[in-house]
Amino acid sequence: MKGLSTLHQRNSMVLAIVCIVLCLVVMQLWLLTATMEAFLGGEDFIVWPAAAASLALFGLNFGLLHFYLRTLSC
Amino acid sequence: MKIDDHDHVTIPPNGKAHEPQPAWREEFPIDWPKDEFRSRRDFTKMLGLTSLAFVAGQVWIGVLSIMRKSRSAPARMDLGLLDELPIGGAKRFEFPSPGHPCLIVRLEKDSVVAFGQKCTHLSCPVIPNAELGKFLCPCHHGSFDIKTGRPLAGPPRRPLPKIELEIKDGRVYAVGFAEAGA
Repeated sequence: MKGLSTLHQRNSMVLAIVCIVLCLVVMQLWLLTATMEAFLGGEDFIVWPAAAASLALFGLNFGLLHFYLRTLSC
Repeated sequence: MKIDDHDHVTIPPNGKAHEPQPAWREEFPIDWPKDEFRSRRDFTKMLGLTSLAFVAGQVWIGVLSIMRKSRSAPARMDLGLLDELPIGGAKRFEFPSPGHPCLIVRLEKDSVVAFGQKCTHLSCPVIPNAELGKFLCPCHHGSFDIKTGRPLAGPPRRPLPKIELEIKDGRVYAVGFAEAGA
Protein backbone atom coordinates (compact mmCIF):
# COMPACT_ATOMS: atom_id res chain seq x y z
CA MET A 1 0.00 0.00 0.00
CA LYS A 2 1.44 3.35 -1.05
CA GLY A 3 -0.25 5.33 1.71
CA LEU A 4 0.90 2.94 4.40
CA SER A 5 4.42 2.41 3.28
CA THR A 6 6.26 3.07 6.51
CA LEU A 7 6.57 0.35 9.09
CA HIS A 8 5.29 2.66 11.81
CA GLN A 9 2.09 3.48 9.93
CA ARG A 10 1.49 -0.14 9.10
CA ASN A 11 2.10 -1.13 12.69
CA SER A 12 -0.47 1.39 13.92
CA MET A 13 -3.04 0.12 11.44
CA VAL A 14 -2.47 -3.49 12.45
CA LEU A 15 -2.79 -2.64 16.13
CA ALA A 16 -6.01 -0.73 15.47
CA ILE A 17 -7.44 -3.67 13.52
CA VAL A 18 -6.50 -6.15 16.25
CA CYS A 19 -8.14 -3.92 18.88
CA ILE A 20 -11.34 -3.56 16.83
CA VAL A 21 -11.51 -7.31 16.17
CA LEU A 22 -10.96 -7.98 19.86
CA CYS A 23 -13.83 -5.63 20.79
CA LEU A 24 -16.14 -7.30 18.26
CA VAL A 25 -15.28 -10.76 19.61
CA VAL A 26 -16.05 -9.58 23.15
CA MET A 27 -19.41 -8.27 21.88
CA GLN A 28 -20.09 -11.67 20.34
CA LEU A 29 -19.28 -13.35 23.64
CA TRP A 30 -21.73 -11.06 25.44
CA LEU A 31 -24.35 -11.76 22.77
CA LEU A 32 -23.91 -15.51 23.16
CA THR A 33 -24.26 -15.46 26.95
CA ALA A 34 -27.28 -13.13 26.79
CA THR A 35 -28.94 -15.35 24.17
CA MET A 36 -28.29 -18.49 26.21
CA GLU A 37 -29.76 -16.79 29.28
CA ALA A 38 -32.88 -15.76 27.32
CA PHE A 39 -33.23 -19.21 25.77
CA LEU A 40 -33.04 -20.93 29.15
CA GLY A 41 -35.65 -18.46 30.41
CA GLY A 42 -38.01 -19.58 27.66
CA GLU A 43 -37.67 -16.46 25.49
CA ASP A 44 -37.18 -17.90 22.03
CA PHE A 45 -37.97 -14.79 19.98
CA ILE A 46 -34.52 -13.30 20.58
CA VAL A 47 -32.54 -16.33 19.41
CA TRP A 48 -32.46 -15.81 15.63
CA PRO A 49 -32.04 -12.00 15.63
CA ALA A 50 -29.08 -12.51 17.98
CA ALA A 51 -27.64 -15.15 15.63
CA ALA A 52 -27.99 -12.70 12.73
CA ALA A 53 -26.23 -9.98 14.75
CA SER A 54 -23.43 -12.38 15.63
CA LEU A 55 -23.08 -13.33 11.96
CA ALA A 56 -22.88 -9.64 11.02
CA LEU A 57 -20.13 -9.12 13.59
CA PHE A 58 -18.28 -12.11 12.19
CA GLY A 59 -18.61 -10.63 8.69
CA LEU A 60 -17.05 -7.41 9.95
CA ASN A 61 -14.26 -9.38 11.63
CA PHE A 62 -13.67 -11.37 8.48
CA GLY A 63 -13.42 -8.20 6.40
CA LEU A 64 -10.94 -6.63 8.79
CA LEU A 65 -8.88 -9.81 8.98
CA HIS A 66 -8.87 -10.10 5.21
CA PHE A 67 -7.65 -6.52 4.92
CA TYR A 68 -4.94 -7.19 7.50
CA LEU A 69 -3.72 -10.48 6.09
CA ARG A 70 -3.89 -9.55 2.40
CA THR A 71 -2.98 -5.90 2.38
CA LEU A 72 -1.13 -4.86 5.49
CA SER A 73 1.08 -7.84 6.18
CA CYS A 74 2.75 -8.10 2.81
CA MET B 1 24.68 -28.75 13.06
CA LYS B 2 27.06 -25.94 13.83
CA ILE B 3 25.60 -22.82 15.37
CA ASP B 4 27.16 -19.90 13.56
CA ASP B 5 24.97 -17.02 14.60
CA HIS B 6 24.16 -17.50 18.29
CA ASP B 7 22.27 -14.24 18.63
CA HIS B 8 19.69 -15.16 16.04
CA VAL B 9 19.43 -18.92 16.23
CA THR B 10 19.39 -19.90 19.84
CA ILE B 11 19.51 -18.78 23.47
CA PRO B 12 20.44 -21.48 25.98
CA PRO B 13 17.72 -22.21 28.53
CA ASN B 14 20.06 -21.46 31.43
CA GLY B 15 20.83 -18.03 29.96
CA LYS B 16 24.60 -18.52 30.09
CA ALA B 17 27.04 -17.76 27.30
CA HIS B 18 27.23 -20.11 24.36
CA GLU B 19 30.84 -21.15 24.65
CA PRO B 20 30.62 -23.11 27.95
CA GLN B 21 27.49 -24.96 26.83
CA PRO B 22 27.77 -28.75 26.50
CA ALA B 23 28.31 -30.22 23.06
CA TRP B 24 24.76 -31.64 22.85
CA ARG B 25 23.39 -28.10 22.74
CA GLU B 26 24.70 -27.84 19.23
CA GLU B 27 22.62 -30.86 18.24
CA PHE B 28 19.51 -29.64 20.03
CA PRO B 29 19.53 -25.87 19.70
CA ILE B 30 16.26 -25.01 21.43
CA ASP B 31 15.34 -21.57 20.31
CA TRP B 32 13.42 -20.17 23.26
CA PRO B 33 12.38 -16.83 21.76
CA LYS B 34 11.00 -18.55 18.69
CA ASP B 35 9.45 -21.32 20.75
CA GLU B 36 7.49 -18.85 22.87
CA PHE B 37 6.73 -16.50 20.04
CA ARG B 38 3.14 -16.11 18.93
CA SER B 39 2.86 -13.77 16.03
CA ARG B 40 0.26 -11.04 15.85
CA ARG B 41 -0.95 -12.61 12.65
CA ASP B 42 -1.58 -15.96 14.40
CA PHE B 43 -3.33 -14.18 17.26
CA THR B 44 -5.61 -12.34 14.84
CA LYS B 45 -6.38 -15.57 12.98
CA MET B 46 -7.28 -17.17 16.30
CA LEU B 47 -9.63 -14.25 17.02
CA GLY B 48 -11.29 -14.85 13.64
CA LEU B 49 -11.81 -18.53 14.45
CA THR B 50 -13.20 -17.60 17.88
CA SER B 51 -15.64 -15.24 16.18
CA LEU B 52 -16.75 -18.06 13.88
CA ALA B 53 -17.17 -20.37 16.87
CA PHE B 54 -19.48 -17.82 18.52
CA VAL B 55 -21.63 -17.73 15.37
CA ALA B 56 -21.77 -21.54 15.46
CA GLY B 57 -22.86 -21.33 19.12
CA GLN B 58 -25.65 -18.90 18.24
CA VAL B 59 -26.87 -21.16 15.44
CA TRP B 60 -26.77 -24.12 17.82
CA ILE B 61 -29.02 -22.26 20.29
CA GLY B 62 -31.37 -21.52 17.36
CA VAL B 63 -31.51 -25.22 16.48
CA LEU B 64 -32.24 -26.09 20.12
CA SER B 65 -35.01 -23.49 20.09
CA ILE B 66 -36.62 -25.07 17.00
CA MET B 67 -36.32 -28.54 18.54
CA ARG B 68 -37.97 -27.29 21.72
CA LYS B 69 -40.88 -25.76 19.79
CA SER B 70 -41.47 -28.90 17.75
CA ARG B 71 -41.51 -31.15 20.81
CA SER B 72 -44.96 -32.59 21.44
CA ALA B 73 -46.95 -31.48 24.46
CA PRO B 74 -46.33 -33.56 27.60
CA ALA B 75 -48.90 -36.10 28.64
CA ARG B 76 -51.47 -34.99 31.21
CA MET B 77 -50.59 -36.17 34.71
CA ASP B 78 -52.93 -36.81 37.61
CA LEU B 79 -51.58 -35.21 40.79
CA GLY B 80 -54.32 -36.49 43.09
CA LEU B 81 -57.18 -34.92 44.98
CA LEU B 82 -56.95 -31.23 45.78
CA ASP B 83 -58.31 -31.81 49.28
CA GLU B 84 -55.46 -34.20 50.07
CA LEU B 85 -53.17 -31.18 50.06
CA PRO B 86 -53.52 -28.92 53.14
CA ILE B 87 -53.57 -25.14 52.68
CA GLY B 88 -49.94 -23.99 52.71
CA GLY B 89 -48.82 -27.55 52.03
CA ALA B 90 -46.73 -28.79 49.13
CA LYS B 91 -46.21 -32.05 47.30
CA ARG B 92 -43.35 -33.14 45.08
CA PHE B 93 -43.94 -34.83 41.74
CA GLU B 94 -41.98 -35.46 38.56
CA PHE B 95 -43.25 -33.88 35.35
CA PRO B 96 -43.19 -34.38 32.38
CA SER B 97 -40.88 -37.35 32.92
CA PRO B 98 -38.90 -38.89 35.79
CA GLY B 99 -35.87 -36.82 36.71
CA HIS B 100 -37.70 -33.49 36.41
CA PRO B 101 -38.77 -32.66 39.98
CA CYS B 102 -41.65 -30.24 40.45
CA LEU B 103 -43.63 -28.88 43.38
CA ILE B 104 -47.33 -28.26 43.74
CA VAL B 105 -48.29 -25.79 46.48
CA ARG B 106 -51.79 -25.06 47.75
CA LEU B 107 -51.87 -21.37 48.57
CA GLU B 108 -55.55 -20.98 49.47
CA LYS B 109 -58.68 -23.11 49.41
CA ASP B 110 -59.10 -22.78 45.65
CA SER B 111 -55.66 -21.59 44.67
CA VAL B 112 -52.96 -24.02 43.73
CA VAL B 113 -49.71 -23.47 41.81
CA ALA B 114 -46.96 -25.73 40.51
CA PHE B 115 -43.38 -25.01 39.45
CA GLY B 116 -40.24 -26.87 38.52
CA GLN B 117 -38.20 -27.51 41.65
CA LYS B 118 -34.76 -26.84 40.18
CA CYS B 119 -33.37 -23.41 41.01
CA THR B 120 -32.61 -21.53 37.79
CA HIS B 121 -29.18 -20.58 39.13
CA LEU B 122 -27.44 -23.93 39.64
CA SER B 123 -30.34 -26.43 39.82
CA CYS B 124 -30.46 -26.91 43.58
CA PRO B 125 -33.93 -28.04 44.74
CA VAL B 126 -35.97 -25.10 46.03
CA ILE B 127 -38.01 -25.39 49.22
CA PRO B 128 -41.50 -23.84 49.48
CA ASN B 129 -42.35 -21.59 52.40
CA ALA B 130 -46.00 -20.58 52.14
CA GLU B 131 -45.79 -18.32 55.22
CA LEU B 132 -43.09 -16.19 53.62
CA GLY B 133 -44.68 -16.56 50.20
CA LYS B 134 -41.41 -17.75 48.71
CA PHE B 135 -39.54 -20.68 47.32
CA LEU B 136 -36.15 -20.65 49.04
CA CYS B 137 -32.97 -22.03 47.57
CA PRO B 138 -30.64 -23.18 50.35
CA CYS B 139 -27.52 -23.29 48.18
CA HIS B 140 -26.98 -19.58 47.53
CA HIS B 141 -29.90 -18.02 49.43
CA GLY B 142 -31.93 -17.31 46.31
CA SER B 143 -35.68 -16.92 46.56
CA PHE B 144 -38.65 -16.94 44.18
CA ASP B 145 -42.17 -15.63 44.50
CA ILE B 146 -44.43 -18.53 45.37
CA LYS B 147 -47.33 -17.23 43.21
CA THR B 148 -45.47 -16.35 40.03
CA GLY B 149 -42.10 -18.12 40.33
CA ARG B 150 -40.26 -14.85 39.63
CA PRO B 151 -36.84 -14.43 41.25
CA LEU B 152 -36.87 -12.12 44.28
CA ALA B 153 -33.38 -12.31 45.72
CA GLY B 154 -30.02 -13.97 45.35
CA PRO B 155 -28.21 -15.06 42.22
CA PRO B 156 -31.11 -16.51 40.15
CA ARG B 157 -32.24 -14.20 37.34
CA ARG B 158 -34.76 -16.42 35.56
CA PRO B 159 -38.16 -17.51 36.93
CA LEU B 160 -38.97 -21.08 37.86
CA PRO B 161 -40.74 -22.92 35.03
CA LYS B 162 -44.46 -22.73 35.72
CA ILE B 163 -46.65 -25.77 35.22
CA GLU B 164 -50.19 -25.35 33.96
CA LEU B 165 -52.73 -27.06 36.17
CA GLU B 166 -56.29 -28.10 35.60
CA ILE B 167 -58.76 -28.93 38.35
CA LYS B 168 -61.55 -31.28 37.39
CA ASP B 169 -63.94 -33.05 39.74
CA GLY B 170 -61.73 -32.16 42.71
CA ARG B 171 -58.62 -33.70 41.12
CA VAL B 172 -55.57 -31.73 40.01
CA TYR B 173 -53.88 -32.44 36.69
CA ALA B 174 -50.59 -31.12 35.30
CA VAL B 175 -51.24 -30.37 31.64
CA GLY B 176 -48.08 -28.62 30.40
CA PHE B 177 -45.69 -25.74 30.87
CA ALA B 178 -46.83 -22.13 30.85
CA GLU B 179 -45.20 -19.78 28.34
CA ALA B 180 -42.42 -17.56 29.71
CA GLY B 181 -43.81 -14.35 31.17
CA ALA B 182 -47.31 -15.81 31.46
